[in-house]
Amino acid sequence: MRSRKDNIFHGIDWILVLFYFIFIFLGWINIYAATISENQFDLLNFSTEYGKQLIWIGLSFPIILLILMFEAKFYEKYASIIYIIFLVLLAGLFVLGKNINGSTSWYAIGSFSLQPSEFAKAATSLAIAKLVSDKMFNLKKLSTQVQALGLLFFPAILIILQPDPGSALVYAAFIFVLYREGLPFYYITVGFIALFLFVITLILGFEVTLISSLVLFICILLYFIFYRPRAFRKGWIKIIGIYLMSAMFIFSVDLVFNHVFKQHHRDRFDIILGKTVDMKGVGYNTNQSVTTIASGGFFGKGFLEGERTQGNFVPEQKTDYIFTTVGEEWGFVGSSLVIILFVAFLLRIISRAEQQKAKFSRIYGYSIVAIFFMHFVINIGMVIGLVPTIGIPLPFFSYGGSALWGFTVLLFIFIRLDANKTYEW
Amino acid sequence: MKRTGLLTFLIIFIGVIYIARLFYLQVLDNSFNTSTLNNSAVKVMYDYPERGYIFDRNGILLVANQLSYDVMVIPSEVKPMDTVAFCALLKITKAEFIEKIEKASRYSTRIPSTFLQQVSKDDYASLQEILYKFKGFYIQKRSLREYPRSSAANVLGYISEVNETMINNNSKYHLGELIGTAGIEKSYEEVLRGTKGVKFIQRDRFNKEIGSFKNGLYDTLPISGNDITLTIDAVLQQYGEALMANKRGGIVAIEPSTGEILAMVSMPTYDPNLMVGRDRSKNFTKLYLDSISKPLLDRGLQAQYPPGSPFKVISALVALQENVITTGSSIQCFGGYKYGSGKSSFMRCHCETGGSPVALNVAIYRSCNSYFANAYRKTIDKFPTPTEGVNVWGKHAESFGLGNYLDNDLSVGQKGNIPNGNLYNKIYPNGRWRSTATISNAIGQGEVLTTPIQLANMTAAIANEGFYYIPHIAKKIKGKPLDKKFTTPIYTTIDKKHFKPVIEGLFDVFENPRGTARGSRVEGLEISGKTGTSENPHGQDHSIFIAFAPKVNPKIAIAVFVENGYWGARWAGPIATLMIEKYLTGKIGRPLVEKRMFEGSIQEEYDKQLK
Ligand SMILES: [Zn+2]
Repeated sequence: MRSRKDNIFHGIDWILVLFYFIFIFLGWINIYAATISENQFDLLNFSTEYGKQLIWIGLSFPIILLILMFEAKFYEKYASIIYIIFLVLLAGLFVLGKNINGSTSWYAIGSFSLQPSEFAKAATSLAIAKLVSDKMFNLKKLSTQVQALGLLFFPAILIILQPDPGSALVYAAFIFVLYREGLPFYYITVGFIALFLFVITLILGFEVTLISSLVLFICILLYFIFYRPRAFRKGWIKIIGIYLMSAMFIFSVDLVFNHVFKQHHRDRFDIILGKTVDMKGVGYNTNQSVTTIASGGFFGKGFLEGERTQGNFVPEQKTDYIFTTVGEEWGFVGSSLVIILFVAFLLRIISRAEQQKAKFSRIYGYSIVAIFFMHFVINIGMVIGLVPTIGIPLPFFSYGGSALWGFTVLLFIFIRLDANKTYEW
Repeated sequence: MKRTGLLTFLIIFIGVIYIARLFYLQVLDNSFNTSTLNNSAVKVMYDYPERGYIFDRNGILLVANQLSYDVMVIPSEVKPMDTVAFCALLKITKAEFIEKIEKASRYSTRIPSTFLQQVSKDDYASLQEILYKFKGFYIQKRSLREYPRSSAANVLGYISEVNETMINNNSKYHLGELIGTAGIEKSYEEVLRGTKGVKFIQRDRFNKEIGSFKNGLYDTLPISGNDITLTIDAVLQQYGEALMANKRGGIVAIEPSTGEILAMVSMPTYDPNLMVGRDRSKNFTKLYLDSISKPLLDRGLQAQYPPGSPFKVISALVALQENVITTGSSIQCFGGYKYGSGKSSFMRCHCETGGSPVALNVAIYRSCNSYFANAYRKTIDKFPTPTEGVNVWGKHAESFGLGNYLDNDLSVGQKGNIPNGNLYNKIYPNGRWRSTATISNAIGQGEVLTTPIQLANMTAAIANEGFYYIPHIAKKIKGKPLDKKFTTPIYTTIDKKHFKPVIEGLFDVFENPRGTARGSRVEGLEISGKTGTSENPHGQDHSIFIAFAPKVNPKIAIAVFVENGYWGARWAGPIATLMIEKYLTGKIGRPLVEKRMFEGSIQEEYDKQLK
């Protein structure tokens, strides 16, 4: 058995690897389309963006091999240390970081920049997996809930302060992981109610929301008084408490939105909520990206045939808006195929995670699904005009070495853990 | 829900929503695909079509085009440059420069906007040499209007730059483009404007033009606007303008057998050429702000006055139709009509019939108030309540095209007013009113209001003995048939037989030695008509006249209105008959009358009102 164990490829899930290569390939040809210009064809030229991306793709193979070389146990054993190293690296940005586009999120090594927050996601996933997989850990207890949330809080707050709130938002995904592992459902409920109240308050204004929720509350109260008097006597404090909490939340949304947010933040929400239709000013990005996607039609315009892509009119097209290239050149057929691929990819990881014997592997698997899912929802949602402009990359598609390697690490650690599932730890 | 299922459910749910959204954007919603304009990768160049020419009914050219040169700007392509030199070149100030650039950028940074309109030919020559140095600016040739006859400004209207609300409501127009905003130019904008040609030019990411987009697949050539032949007789129109000199008012002349408008004069007017060129907006503002003589108001279409005596014809026709009078039944008039016990319940009359029997014919040519008041009162009192009576009477009047818009092809108009029973129920609550309260309607005073075009149309309906065609201004549109509604007769509610005696009366207005327009009689022409004086509480009464000729197969029906012209026979009568004479014979046999009209001025009267 020893020889089989020595083979680092033994037991790995080739389907996930196949997904990985498909994504990398599709991502690259779209980056190529988005960045090529005439008189310029040199695949390994470091001065072109598609050339750089190809080099980063090439460099991800040694990274993959390195990840697969370690024993699965290694990741569990050193999870806390890896986590702490990345907290230090994130904190170090405030001293040594390089400011690009207004955020100090980068370490510059020569002409090369690395973004630690892209790797911190993997580190945090490992740490959560280690913490929650402990036999003594019970997510029904408040103290352990606080512990888990605290673990997420530190990297998130460091990233917010860079400032890069979009990347920090991804950490909200861990609520799904914690829920899977026993966190009471009302956390999810509260999360969704908060999101719902947030959106409704922004659309209707806080006075209307407050009044309509008061009416709803009184109806509920009357229902309990007349039809469920016993339940009412037992639970009236809870009902009133929930209402007061909601009212406070509505107030604070209004407060934050109108007094803490800057105008450009507000504009982004207003565009999505249909309250502003300024297509030449703040709505420009969303308008351009939606128009570009829509112009693709059913079959798309064909590879390198998208004049909006070729004319380079979508801002940040190669990074956050790479999906517009898919939409324009490959049409509904191509873009819905990418969606289906992502859904299948995510479901595949879930199904592998559920088969893990080791709790650590399962939790880690859930963590990366949640992270990929969050990126998928926010990025594509933004590009097709359903989510406010929040700049985070589309996994494996968006241009950039750090993002690519970060997602590669995230995925292949799981592939390594998964390959070990039949062995004892 | 099982704990393991939540995330799976959400993933599939989001996947379905996103695919649905993509399906909507890429397959269902075409608005993005068709608007190549939104496509910033492609530069759009317009080729403006020539606007259609406008001719009068005999082929005389009324509106032509001249070439003009506009300086255009694409704000996103403007590079840092020597602004001082540029401003000097275009003869504008720095402040104007900034304002214009900002306005263009507000509209769009990528779509061209007009920067400076209508540069002179000399400036164009020097600009062409040097403009290439200023990136983002170029010269666009465009055709402008030209009015060879300097007449009929109110008919022709003018074109002006589209305003921003129009652009937002109608994607066909872009900033700086011209659109018909009054007269024919407005009502037939769609016909005249043509279709502009578009050239799409592909640009690369460096904004460099790299050739025709898709090999010119979507490029189009401009299509010239269609020419329009008007119903207007340019000679008659200009003659009418000359007759109305130094007076305020309107003339509308209609061909009864077709509803074609032969002349439509509004005074004071202006030279249409003022609305062209770089001084356009200065001139326009001056005309617009002239609140005293209101040259932009088309008095033939928009001025509402009580019609006065010409309306008595309607009162007579309605009474005949309702069988409350006959042509033979007569009354006696002793200087007026007493319709109540009070001292004020007396309508004075100047018919001077001295108690001899007044029947329909005499009543018309002597314009006897008492006769028509009596006929009106009998009509209303035929019905159980005065409300019903006034309503029936009003319906008859409205069938002559009064009291409502005529649904014609003119860009402006007014409804006028024909009162109904409800109006009086409001004035006299509890229904405490009788026919006598409304007696002034009988003689075209009271609540009745008409516009000159309505009066002209009413005259045409009388000339036709009971029907009219909607008065219209377009005779022929190249490549397009005339709207059917202009060739369909509209019948009044009065039987044909009742018109004969009335027309005899109108004829005697000229022919009877005691007719009220005897002085305006034209030898050899069989004119029928009616004088009128519209009471004006604010100053001197208005002078009104309606007429048509010849008596058999009428060729022209006319209404003339002269503000503060004292009485009908003083100004409106001679003007109407001169117009008829000019149109039917082409010459004037009464040079003295003509001279008096050309030179006559009521300016003194207008000045008085200012004090
Ligand atoms: Zn009399």
